[in-house]
Amino acid sequence: MEALGWWGVPLAVLGGAIRASTPFLFVSLGECLTEKSGRINLGLEGTLVMGAMSGYGIAYLTGWPWLGVVVAGSSGMALGALHGVVCSRPRVNDIAVGIALMLFGLGLAFYLGKPFIQPKAPRLPAIDLGWWSSSPQVRAALEVNVLFIVGAVLAPALLWALNNTRWGLAVRAVGDSADAARAMGYPVNRVRLLSTVAGGFLAGIGGSFLSLYYPGSWNEALSSGQGLMAVALVIFARWDPVLCFFAALLFGGAGALGPALQSVGITWGYYLFNAAPYVLTLLIMIATSSTRRTLIGAPGELSVTK
Amino acid sequence: MIKMRGGGVGVSARAGRFGGSVAETNAAPQRLQVAGMTKRFGSLVALDDISLTLEAGAFHALLGENGAGKSTLVKCVMGYHAPDKGTVILGGVEQTIRGPRDAHALGIGMVYQHFTLVPSMTVAENLLLARADLPMVIDRGAEGRRMQEFVKDMPFKVDLTAPVSALAAGEKQKVEILKQLYVDCRILILDEPTSVLTPGEADEILGLLHDMTMAGRLSVLMITHKLREVMAFADEVTVLRRGRLAGRGKVEKLTPRDLAEMMIGSSEIAAPAERAVQTNGRERLRLERLCADNDKGHRAVSNVSLFVRAGEIVGIAGVSGNGQTELVEVLAGQRESSAGTVTVHGEPYTATRAEMRRHKVFCLSEDPLRNACVSRMSVAENLAYRRFDEPPLTLGRWFLNRGAMRRAASDLITRYRITVSSPDAPAGTLSGGNVQRMVLARELSGEVDVLIAANPCFGLDIAAVAEIRAQIMRARNRGAAILLVSEDLDELFELADRLVVMFNGDLVYETEIAGADLATVGRYMAGH
Repeated sequence: MEALGWWGVPLAVLGGAIRASTPFLFVSLGECLTEKSGRINLGLEGTLVMGAMSGYGIAYLTGWPWLGVVVAGSSGMALGALHGVVCSRPRVNDIAVGIALMLFGLGLAFYLGKPFIQPKAPRLPAIDLGWWSSSPQVRAALEVNVLFIVGAVLAPALLWALNNTRWGLAVRAVGDSADAARAMGYPVNRVRLLSTVAGGFLAGIGGSFLSLYYPGSWNEALSSGQGLMAVALVIFARWDPVLCFFAALLFGGAGALGPALQSVGITWGYYLFNAAPYVLTLLIMIATSSTRRTLIGAPGELSVTK
Repeated sequence: MIKMRGGGVGVSARAGRFGGSVAETNAAPQRLQVAGMTKRFGSLVALDDISLTLEAGAFHALLGENGAGKSTLVKCVMGYHAPDKGTVILGGVEQTIRGPRDAHALGIGMVYQHFTLVPSMTVAENLLLARADLPMVIDRGAEGRRMQEFVKDMPFKVDLTAPVSALAAGEKQKVEILKQLYVDCRILILDEPTSVLTPGEADEILGLLHDMTMAGRLSVLMITHKLREVMAFADEVTVLRRGRLAGRGKVEKLTPRDLAEMMIGSSEIAAPAERAVQTNGRERLRLERLCADNDKGHRAVSNVSLFVRAGEIVGIAGVSGNGQTELVEVLAGQRESSAGTVTVHGEPYTATRAEMRRHKVFCLSEDPLRNACVSRMSVAENLAYRRFDEPPLTLGRWFLNRGAMRRAASDLITRYRITVSSPDAPAGTLSGGNVQRMVLARELSGEVDVLIAANPCFGLDIAAVAEIRAQIMRARNRGAAILLVSEDLDELFELADRLVVMFNGDLVYETEIAGADLATVGRYMAGH
């Protein structure tokens, strides 16, 4: 710490951005895909926590953290399928279903997760990208989890797939004009269901990162609204997966501000700095909203932009 | 096999399937027969035993009023509705069509009244989407080259790389037709294809389609209610009225008068109201360099200046989407202007309720069920929106006088001949014509100084149209200043005293109706 001094703050923020951005990244990629198909799934906060709990539980019981990741994704798929099926019914509002599902996911995770609060599950491995440095701060900042790399590859892959595959075109068509998609014979509800399921899968994996890597334990205050912030993040990223990646880094960095300042000895306002992601969310929503126009880049079928 | 040239390995790998359809490209369309089609919705018989034959290479018009069953018939053919009775026979073989995909596989494609293009995608992506055999991973380069070859052979010219949201209505309609041809549909069903086009665009597109049918490359079944288009382009016509067959025949043996009679039968048409001679009235409404943005934040109305005098109808002509909607929304108080002023009786006007009341400003919005009514509230309540907070409709100014409200409504229902079961029926249960009559009753029954009307007759049948136009003319004769925004040039030429053309948010042309020439107005509408 003496060696770096105040330089430790941006470094710690960068390291924190890489570490804390992974759940944001996965949830926002999932939400981005779901919203591209024309539905909003606000239940991803519940999915995230459910993924964290189930992943942690399985990792603890079997000793295999990667199996935990898979199970976390699967529980996310189940919740996504529930959202997708309910919203396929006529005159069902996806926002209301999402909120209900968020509360359901949270409640279920807290109920099933009670026995896993104390025990210690094995953590996911990390890759040490800071081996070249002798500074412990640099090494700590560049210790990168595999899931982060997966997410970083997934973002451009998703963008490519949306533009260059049959499924991608179908998702965009259904999300931008259901009438047009229907006229061309695309099954609107099925495309949306599958997009929501895939989105839930990604959010569940984001949850497993929380409990199996950083912070790396299971408790009820684990997510503290990251699943909901990811919704704002998708809007900020203009429904572009690659921009979602950078926005997730920004949110992750904002979340790391408090601990980073604490590490250089600034103890006042710790909770204030910890609120940075929430303030950021609020500022983004204010900056991107307008009474006069709809959002640029928004899928035409979204219930909030129609 | 021209289309195979220039493709790499990726193309030839898939050429088996696509190559097969290339061979069919120049094949003649098959004869399509619809036999004994019957469809009921609850107690309503939408189609009663309708038969129709679309010969190979024919241009067949399906004519009728709104609600006559034209759309229902083609939706049964396309597989959207399962008919209660009746069959579709293609080239002599009976077919079961369960949905648009089945229809496409048989070479039957439909162009809908509303565009079915994905606005955020490019023209090329929209064409790709329509293909049933789209590969999982799309080779953009090869597909692009193949599409260029396809377009080269087509009479319709559009920029494949342009996003659909940037196209004009006429170009979108061309893309819709191209899309059907691209997926090898040789029987084309068009549902009111010209309703959003300028006369020039309409003639161009129908002319090109007509040429293609003449060459035997295409059969066309066109739904329309425009007699002019039937006479100019169709070979054969089938007329429907209230779900029944009202007539059919070769167009060359029929006159517009015959067709009109088949369409409306014996129903009564209100005589057009006389245009009373008005001396120059006082100026009532003035717009000064008015600007407004659309929902995307782009300038939709730019520096519009005009005035309307008492006893005068000023018509605004234009293809939809040139800023008329935004202009009307500003005048109706539904949208903020970004610059410029509106004055009524020489005073600034911002469409507050107090100002509307003081200046007697009224509005016939387009799509009245959405813009001027609350569909779940009763007809009586909807009729009271202008006056419910004033005596005699209030009790002590604080409470509603339901009895008075219902009596006032009953009176208006009789005077304006609104067909409704009771004043307590929800407004949403009324037919389109009756919704417009209800709004008309609310807006025109009192004293009117200024009236803003936007497409007041859109989607209504001939009888309702005649009646509503007569009401507007009578309001003018009583001294109202009327701004009439319409996409229907016939309507404007019938009603307006003065005509301005709106293009791209701007007023580009102004003429007295006496000296107005349809072709000139059409040219300005298209931006030339």
